[in-house]
Amino acid sequence: MCAHHNIQQTTDNWKEVEEFAKKALPGQIIEFIEECKKEANPESKLIKILQLVQEHYGFLGKTQMDAVAQLLQVPMAKVSGVATFYHFFRLVPRGKYLIRVCLGTACYVKGAERVVDKLKEELGIQFGETTKDGLFSLEGTRCLGCCGLAPVVEINEEIFGQVTPDKIPAILEQYSEKETEAQ
Amino acid sequence: MNKPKATEVKMINIKIDDREISVPEGTTVMEAAEKIGIQIPRLCYHPDLSLQGSCRVCIVEVKGFDFYMTSCSTKVWEGMEIKTNSPEIRQARRDIVELILDNHPQDCQTCERDGNCELQNLSYSLGVRERLFSGERKHFPEDTRSKSVVRVPEKCILCGRCVRVCAEVQGVYNLSQHGRGFYTQVMPAHGSAMDESVCIQCGQCIMVCPVAAFIEQSHTERVWNALADSKKHVVIQTAPSIRAAIGEGFGMEPGTPATGKMVTALRLLGFDAIFDTNFGADLTIVEEATEFLKRIQKKERLPLLTSCSPGWVNFLEKFYPEMIPYASTCRSPMSMTSVLLKTYYAEKMKKDPKDIFVVAVMPCVAKKFEADRDEHKMPEGIPYTDAVLTTRELIWMIKCYGIDLKDLPDSDFDNPLGESSGAADIFGTTGGVMEAALRMACEVLTGLPPEKMEFTDVRAVEGLRETEVKFGNYKINVAVSNGLTNAKTILNRIISGEKQYHIVEIMACPGGCIGGGGQPYPPEGYHFLDPELLAKRAQALYKIDSNKKIRSSNHNPSIQQIYKEFLGAPGSERAHQLLHTHYHPRLPRGIR
Repeated sequence: MCAHHNIQQTTDNWKEVEEFAKKALPGQIIEFIEECKKEANPESKLIKILQLVQEHYGFLGKTQMDAVAQLLQVPMAKVSGVATFYHFFRLVPRGKYLIRVCLGTACYVKGAERVVDKLKEELGIQFGETTKDGLFSLEGTRCLGCCGLAPVVEINEEIFGQVTPDKIPAILEQYSEKETEAQ
Repeated sequence: MNKPKATEVKMINIKIDDREISVPEGTTVMEAAEKIGIQIPRLCYHPDLSLQGSCRVCIVEVKGFDFYMTSCSTKVWEGMEIKTNSPEIRQARRDIVELILDNHPQDCQTCERDGNCELQNLSYSLGVRERLFSGERKHFPEDTRSKSVVRVPEKCILCGRCVRVCAEVQGVYNLSQHGRGFYTQVMPAHGSAMDESVCIQCGQCIMVCPVAAFIEQSHTERVWNALADSKKHVVIQTAPSIRAAIGEGFGMEPGTPATGKMVTALRLLGFDAIFDTNFGADLTIVEEATEFLKRIQKKERLPLLTSCSPGWVNFLEKFYPEMIPYASTCRSPMSMTSVLLKTYYAEKMKKDPKDIFVVAVMPCVAKKFEADRDEHKMPEGIPYTDAVLTTRELIWMIKCYGIDLKDLPDSDFDNPLGESSGAADIFGTTGGVMEAALRMACEVLTGLPPEKMEFTDVRAVEGLRETEVKFGNYKINVAVSNGLTNAKTILNRIISGEKQYHIVEIMACPGGCIGGGGQPYPPEGYHFLDPELLAKRAQALYKIDSNKKIRSSNHNPSIQQIYKEFLGAPGSERAHQLLHTHYHPRLPRGIR
């Protein structure tokens, strides 16, 4: 910079900002961003990068989003604007077990709402929230494609069919027990 | 007509409301309608910003189509037949505006923008006379933490003009629409407070907002209270560009200088003394020119970047921190004046600085932030500037008091900080600081005043200017810019080594202070960023300058006197201690 005149003391903070950003992201994502920057319109890869970050951490934290902004050189407001627009992106950490209650027509008719109420009551959380112990997150979802089993609850990859509110405590218990055993 | 024949432009024949018109290919329906004198109603559209087409207010009917088209984003085609004002179109526009109103607080009477709100005007002109819809209304908290800009998301109608002005004109990109649908909100990254974002507090979002979703942090209450406090000696200073714009608030023709009337109004409001920020501007030039000449002679830290514009200083600290050493260390004219009011003037008046309340009238909202910076506080922590009023706030205070500025006689500023040269007046417009600096630099470098006081080459009406100025054996490369997107261009040229300037003037707001974020909203017939309005305000300042006897800062007798009595020589240790400041990098770092 300004090669024709010397400045003794630098006021540039780019190195610190860059270092801080790099600490917030795993190596492979930093490499991917660097690859993107070699091509035209690197900002067009923003969503892909955010997907990778979410895949890695389970959610998009402020620190991670700001790091992406700095390393990709895309305005921070743009990054968080995109992240809040798409339902796919989560801004809060997800629990170890993601409980998704199908709210499709068949499940709804067969009493999904009562199942939801029971889950909220048992877990003490609303849709989109995570229990304090970090174990469960609760979400509603559209048709999961197994209407014959309505009402359906999916926990991570596992499907529970013909769920009624009174079955909920036992189902949750399975997972809590799994955790205590693991410990 | 002997016009040079440019590349053949294809003309398109269309019909607007049964009138035949021929327009160049690529013209939009909205532009074509304007040519025959029809201003199609609009909300999210702005001629200097990118197209968004989201408000749907500017819809028109096109023959052969069973849906309405947005005139701002639809280009004409051969044989197109357009209706801009059919009963169906008028009804559809009314419905659209009614739906916007339905999700907007019904608090016009108590709103800051009452009387100059675009949404209010639009609903009136479209004939919205009843509210047929009622539904859920959004509720979002206000963000009042910033020293300068308050965000009121509940009032926001999501036209997106602020997002575009912040990104496209200022290159800051602090704002973006977050969330979706009913819950959409315009805010800085992560919804953080404006003062924790990359916001540089220029206030252009306030200027471009059709409603009051962005407004300034008000200081009027502070000022009323000080005026009512008999123990306070309340003094006021007014920035150069106020005199060029304040008249607009009272129905005067834009570009009418109103210096004398403004001073009279301030006296009627009860200020104990009325000083001129111009005095500080002259002092800034003397200090800055001295600093510049020193750097030129030592060939170090060039180019010198001016530092009067607090929005630009914020931008420097957040976006280009490595350029901080190049910025002039001079305090801004406002801060210099305030410092002298609480030191020199206090001594002269035998007053405790704590009992002096300094009010500054500025065209700027970032000045509110500047006044609050630790660098501009006395050792005891008291700010040198106690309150900063925007031009808008002062207009309101004068009206509130029941005074019509237009009818007032002229009066003069008080002394000793009231006298100024013409060079100080032009500080209020882009290129003015440069011109003022060159007038003095020429004299110091060659021993003779410039042959012509007007350096018209640095009058940067188009946002960015570069030129070479010759004084005797000296060749000085100068650059002038306004609007921070242009500043980015210049700074990148410096950093890449593409250009080697000696001195660069940067003002944050388009047009300089005359287009500042604290200036009056455009009067009827003009729009935000209107080059015609900016030119008129600038012309007012150039007129005041050309009518002055003394046109160079170093010839201002009051300036000469204050150096003799109080400051010593320009650039002296005492001058440095009182009149200079420093900057530091700030986080979050902006993306440039």
